[in-house]
Amino acid sequence: MPREMNLDKSKMVVVEGSYAVAHAVKACRPNVISAYPITPQTHIVEDLSQFMADGEIPNCEYINVESEFSALSALVGASAAGARCYSATTSQGLELMHEVLFNVSGMRLPVVMTIVNRAVSAPISIWNDHQDTISQRDTGWIQLYAENIQEVSDMTAQAYRISEDRDILMPSMTCMDGFILSHVYEPVVLLEQDLTDGFLPAYEPEHVLDPKNPLTFGAFADPNYYTEFRYLQEQAMQRALKKIEDVANEFYDIYGRYYGGLIDEYRTDDAEIIIMAMGSVVGTIKDVIDKLRDRNVKAGLLKIRSFRPFPAEAIKNVIRDAKVVVVLDKNITLGLNEGALFTETKSTLYNTDVRVPIIGYMLGHGGRDIRIETIERVIDEATEVMKTGIRIESQFTDLREELL
Amino acid sequence: MKEIRIHGRGGQGSVTAAELLAVAAFADNKFSQAFPAFGVERRGAPVQAFTRISDAPIRLRSQIYKPDYVIVQDSTLLEVVDVAGGLKDDGILIINSEFGPETFKLDTKARIMTVNATKIALDIIGRPIVNTVLLGAFAGATGEIRPGSIMDAVRERFPGKVGERNSEAIMEAYKMMEASI
Repeated sequence: MPREMNLDKSKMVVVEGSYAVAHAVKACRPNVISAYPITPQTHIVEDLSQFMADGEIPNCEYINVESEFSALSALVGASAAGARCYSATTSQGLELMHEVLFNVSGMRLPVVMTIVNRAVSAPISIWNDHQDTISQRDTGWIQLYAENIQEVSDMTAQAYRISEDRDILMPSMTCMDGFILSHVYEPVVLLEQDLTDGFLPAYEPEHVLDPKNPLTFGAFADPNYYTEFRYLQEQAMQRALKKIEDVANEFYDIYGRYYGGLIDEYRTDDAEIIIMAMGSVVGTIKDVIDKLRDRNVKAGLLKIRSFRPFPAEAIKNVIRDAKVVVVLDKNITLGLNEGALFTETKSTLYNTDVRVPIIGYMLGHGGRDIRIETIERVIDEATEVMKTGIRIESQFTDLREELL
Repeated sequence: MKEIRIHGRGGQGSVTAAELLAVAAFADNKFSQAFPAFGVERRGAPVQAFTRISDAPIRLRSQIYKPDYVIVQDSTLLEVVDVAGGLKDDGILIINSEFGPETFKLDTKARIMTVNATKIALDIIGRPIVNTVLLGAFAGATGEIRPGSIMDAVRERFPGKVGERNSEAIMEAYKMMEASI
């Protein structure tokens, strides 16, 4: 349900995106932080280190480690011992965590990490795309993507509420576009400590690693048991679909801010063309839609906030009456020539009565700027699809042909 | 919405200037957004930073290609960077230089203005740091922002004597530019 956002300018300050996130982490009262600095995540951990040095995060340990692998491994132990845990990383750092990501989710540890989305090597790129998190989509982490720094800082508190719920107990990644959001200065309401104390109660784990009362976490599971662990993780993910919506609604009731639950919609009511996207490009798309609406192009936006769990029902309900859907992906599954959101959207529709043409564009790789003209061009192509049907199902756009 | 591009060299505080401009614009009851040209910055290398100022919340995330205003911190950049690139015909280009605007033959219909920010900075701040001085010049040349808001933003970022001297230099540049409009 669309909600009115109350922007109270008197509560806003102009700060860097990374600072807003670090401040939100502080307001969530973590007990253990462990992270390894890597561009463009660095400012978040620098700001958190500063808060620690200034004694502004009571009852918290900051564990310095020699790699991202160790950062997340340290949090496995800390979270099992009952601590509220936080880390942040990006790109190669996240890929180095790959093995540990499965351990965290398999042990049902509600760790929250901010991922400052960045392209992966080689070639080395420090700039933004979504290949790093998309490559980790099967690790059992909830993945939420943010449009602006207000959303990603507020998402930190939402993620803890979702992850720590006893019906869920799955870790979360809150994803923000590297540089575009991590290094932008814009007005934001810093996550309010008093409201967060009420919204996010202390983490009370059901099972705790405690020498006085020994338990085993992540033990050997032979073929008689392993399948059920996976099944139960998937059940938790399915319950998270509702939990993400509920938490977004409750957040709105308490803070007055809302960005959608699993998804958000913009001018989709009568839309013939619906663009689907995740992350900061959503803002640019909204501007283009307003411009095109003035020219009577009936375009709308379906913003995906939750990529894991995948909001199949919500997507289906929004695009059901559209004439064409355009999916934008800042990632590619090499060997399939499709972005992940495109593939998964098509897949969820196959056995349903929803029959709408869908085309996909892969763009914004390695920080290639996504310009207004690019969005206008893909909407033009969507208009053609309405007349002629699909010509090219999935393709790169903004390629520099002269380099090929 | 107004879009501003700041050219400088790594270490001259272009990113800081863009951020301070965003803080000051918000204090003027506008919405604002500031971001660097996400490069691998090195001291002395050409860098860019951007600010958007608008009456409505800013959603656009693309870089700035057709700025309304351009600020150049170091006139030697004109030899290596197309500082007027994309600048709107009715825009303003502000260059830190001891010479008059007629000295600069640039491919633009926009108005070129110069201010000897280095001299102002040396005289008042005592160091050739011109980023804040140029914000004062920007306020005087464009009328987009109150000089008081810039001075407040600078004093908040640099408390004490540094902030006070910078504020004085900002006012000086503001008055000079306002007089030449």
